[in-house]
Amino acid sequence: MTTLIRLQHQAFDVATEAARIAHGRTDIGALVTFTGICRADEDGEQITALTLEHYPGMAEAEIARHVEEACARWPLLGVTVIHRYGRILPGEVIVLVGTASSHREAAFAAASFLMDYLKTRAPFWKRVQTRTGTSWIDAKAIDEAAIERWAGKPPEREAAK
Amino acid sequence: MKLLYFAWVRERVGKTEEQIDPPAGIATVSELMAWLARRDEQYAHAFESADVIRAAIDHRHVRPDAPIAGASEIAFFPPMTGG
Repeated sequence: MTTLIRLQHQAFDVATEAARIAHGRTDIGALVTFTGICRADEDGEQITALTLEHYPGMAEAEIARHVEEACARWPLLGVTVIHRYGRILPGEVIVLVGTASSHREAAFAAASFLMDYLKTRAPFWKRVQTRTGTSWIDAKAIDEAAIERWAGKPPEREAAK
Repeated sequence: MKLLYFAWVRERVGKTEEQIDPPAGIATVSELMAWLARRDEQYAHAFESADVIRAAIDHRHVRPDAPIAGASEIAFFPPMTGG
């Protein structure tokens, strides 16, 4: 099991990071990657840039706790989470979640689980810049509702025993 | 203890962090928010919707009724919008 968690301002290459997860290994049968990209509109308004504020120290710790939780729930062989902060332009990558396992079910589920938690529990705040000014993005009820599907679900590893 | 503020809570308070020494009797996160709100107009504005503000003690999310005794760092921030 290899874990990579990185917070950075600099842009990164998704293909390079995805390839790194399975490089030199023959036990991985499934690799799922999710890439979050900055859109040019927010609620119908054109944006010129996004600025992500984060809580250094807690952001890393919170992501690490969720990666640990994902590893307890599914038989993962590798997890990568890279999240950018600072000013990001439309079209640029914001976040990458990569999950590797022997089979696809665990990899898909773990990637989905990690993204749902990153959205609502990792201490990041998005501010959008438009031609008329800047404003903080409001948290969406749909994101909060998304994590409820993971509540109380027994870890698959336990259930399989 | 050290307090940290993020996003619009930080903007309204007007600072990113500060050291505070709350009076005896301030035992929980929600009591601390109510005490901060009484400091001046900026704090009152920052904490006027205390029910939407989230808190973390020493890098862990906590509920409003969490005790603050022994905390070295408490952060206040709006609901998160990462990912």
